[in-house]
Amino acid sequence: MGKYIALTGAESAAFAMKQINPDVVAAYPITPQTPVAMKFSEYVANGEVNTEYVTVESEHSAMSATVGAAAAGARAMTATASNGLALMWEIVYIASSMRLPILMAVVNRALSGPINIHGDHSDAMGARDSGWIQIFNENNQEVYDSFIMALRIAEHPDVLTPAMVCQDGFITSHSVENVMPLTNEQVQKFIGKKKFKGLITADKPFTMGPLDLQDYYFEHKKQQHEAMKKVFAVVEEVQNEYAKEFGRKYSVIEEYRTEDADTIIMGLNSVMGNVKTVVDSAREKGIKIGAVKPRFFRPFPVDYLRDLLPKFKAVVVLDRSDSFGAMPPLYSETLAALYGIENAPMIKGYIHGLGGRDTNLAMIETVVDNLQKLKDTGEGNLTFEYLGVRE
Amino acid sequence: MTETKKGWKDLPIGGNILEAGNSQHYFTGTWRTYKPITDLDKCINCLQCWMFCPDNSIVIKDGKMDGQDYDHCKGCGVCAAICPVKAIDMIKEEK
Amino acid sequence: MALTLKDLINKQIPLNGGHRMCGGCPVPVIVKQVLMSTDHPKIIGNATGCLEVATTIYPYTAWNHPWIHNAFENVAATVSGIEAAHNALSRIGEVPEHNKDAKFIAFAGDGGTYDIGLQSLSGALERGHNMLYVCYDNEGYMNTGIQRSSATPIGANTTTTPIGSESYGKTQSRKDLLSIVAAHHIPYAASTSPHNWMDAMKKSKKAIETQGPTFLLYFAPCIPGWKIPSDVWKKLSETAVKTCFWPLIEFEDGKWSLTGESKLIAEGKMPKIPVEEFLKSQGRFKHLFTDKNKHVIEIIQKDVDKSWNYYKGLAGY
Repeated sequence: MGKYIALTGAESAAFAMKQINPDVVAAYPITPQTPVAMKFSEYVANGEVNTEYVTVESEHSAMSATVGAAAAGARAMTATASNGLALMWEIVYIASSMRLPILMAVVNRALSGPINIHGDHSDAMGARDSGWIQIFNENNQEVYDSFIMALRIAEHPDVLTPAMVCQDGFITSHSVENVMPLTNEQVQKFIGKKKFKGLITADKPFTMGPLDLQDYYFEHKKQQHEAMKKVFAVVEEVQNEYAKEFGRKYSVIEEYRTEDADTIIMGLNSVMGNVKTVVDSAREKGIKIGAVKPRFFRPFPVDYLRDLLPKFKAVVVLDRSDSFGAMPPLYSETLAALYGIENAPMIKGYIHGLGGRDTNLAMIETVVDNLQKLKDTGEGNLTFEYLGVRE
Repeated sequence: MTETKKGWKDLPIGGNILEAGNSQHYFTGTWRTYKPITDLDKCINCLQCWMFCPDNSIVIKDGKMDGQDYDHCKGCGVCAAICPVKAIDMIKEEK
Repeated sequence: MALTLKDLINKQIPLNGGHRMCGGCPVPVIVKQVLMSTDHPKIIGNATGCLEVATTIYPYTAWNHPWIHNAFENVAATVSGIEAAHNALSRIGEVPEHNKDAKFIAFAGDGGTYDIGLQSLSGALERGHNMLYVCYDNEGYMNTGIQRSSATPIGANTTTTPIGSESYGKTQSRKDLLSIVAAHHIPYAASTSPHNWMDAMKKSKKAIETQGPTFLLYFAPCIPGWKIPSDVWKKLSETAVKTCFWPLIEFEDGKWSLTGESKLIAEGKMPKIPVEEFLKSQGRFKHLFTDKNKHVIEIIQKDVDKSWNYYKGLAGY
């Protein structure tokens, strides 16, 4: 194990990428992802990696070049945020359909318009059906560890599916924290050698990306569907190995003070830091509350939630994105996961923090109060609303 | 040309086609309405037809032009049109 | 390697029969000319378009080279990634022997190059990837049903510039792509036509063997799009060159020159034919041969002369 170093969230992603030492990185600057690309470019400039860095002219070309590189048989990565991910959209789907184990650092930022550079999850949530694995991360250490584990998950022969490693724009990406990295040797040993072949590395010529019509497209989609179903088995295996080797134990769903809790707050990424602080202070007041943080949104941990959530009487789900005219993503998918379960908890949703609006402790304390009301009286069950918006 | 369609468990992943050039198992000869007939006695082996055939359907045997591959020839008539000695005739295909 | 038909017929063909391009389409011939011009192993990227669609209808592929289609507008970026992968994998000894000396070739139509793919192409040219980009130019979106592109010439009847009481077809000139490409100061760019296979294959060979980004703009008559019979494209291509509608141009190390018939015309050794000869056999220009529209032929002639004089000037005539 190395020693603690001070890194921002963006630098944590770049540092993990450096230690993985990918063959090709193609990325384009966009706030607040830019420091990932900048830091990685420094590693290239200083000869610390063997990577070909393709300085593309857009995110569309970033994903396109990354697809080309991975299809050729290279370990290939990119990074983006917000409108950059939106510009990639078309090729994001193609990457997963080609079953290329690409890694992408996503620094979550609000989608335009109006243009806004700060953190919310509308970018990644829009890509939730793109066939990518999506890992959400609360802090810099998690970003780092997820990156290393994501490579193993994405490249696993049962999976061969690209993965996004998400963190909140500015809140995480630009905040410095102590991060305990592995050594280069540990990372290389953990990730191992590439097992997949591509256009350059295969023994024989083959064709990728053909026209796939009514008679076969459906079967290829089913293959993607089945690969996603195998992800959590691989995740468990990789997490266990990571814990055994390096002492840091991750799970598909992180639980915080849930042992005797009757209410919990659930959410993704950095807001869960504040939630944990509020849980601690509520606990001091004798409220039996905990926090639940899914680390994966794709695949969605349906079975895990069906096992876990009936232990509680009431649940609040925080979404950092809206799905205009429908229920927000984490809330709606959690509801769907719980359908038909006896003893399913009461549930309420909040849309918070859009465009980087701070979800502060006072707001979460209000949520705690409402959550207790929900538990005691059922008030607000199966509803969702904006948190902290001005009327 | 009937193919047994494989299910998702047996197909290669990613939509990849692993056998290069397997379109030769697909017969586009059925598209023809006119058929090229070559008079090999007239043919001077200039091989222009080989260069300009879009369907790789000029048969070469021992370095010489040896008629057309009717499994794949679509009957476009390019070979007949460009033949400098008019050794190729296009005749109506009989079905 | 000498480019003789006697040698070429013994080599592995890049594109097998059984593909489903229209009968008589010259694009498979273009592929053959480009890829058979050298013996290097080659990795191919193909933009969405006729060539991609009709040669790889799952579960069949006509391609004998490693081949990838990603999307419509991004073949230059896709091949950039492949070339970058080759560089990185070479450094760590992971490129197998049979691909050590590989070349990287992109194929795209005019829609995927002049229009939707222009940014991706420009980026790749500026970055200096070692790749050949081949644009087969059939002057419109033919795969989607004959819409105008910025490569469509004045007067052409297309499904988005249909002729009508107030319309004689497309009203704008073609985009001068070759000059746009040359403005990236790449080491080699050229226009060519498949009827002159020796011109085309010499240029292909040069483009493939030149280090850095290179570009070929290939004339590609379209049977349904231009409303021509399936067996006339060779003659029609020749007429396009002889009318100077499609000059054969080379841009090498910053110098412009003319080749083939175009060189002979510039030197006065071959007559320059009126553009009417090129237009008259094509259904897409049929409406111009009426009293109402014949003035458009003059507009086209002026347009052709302007472009021809421009390139002739660049080539020092």
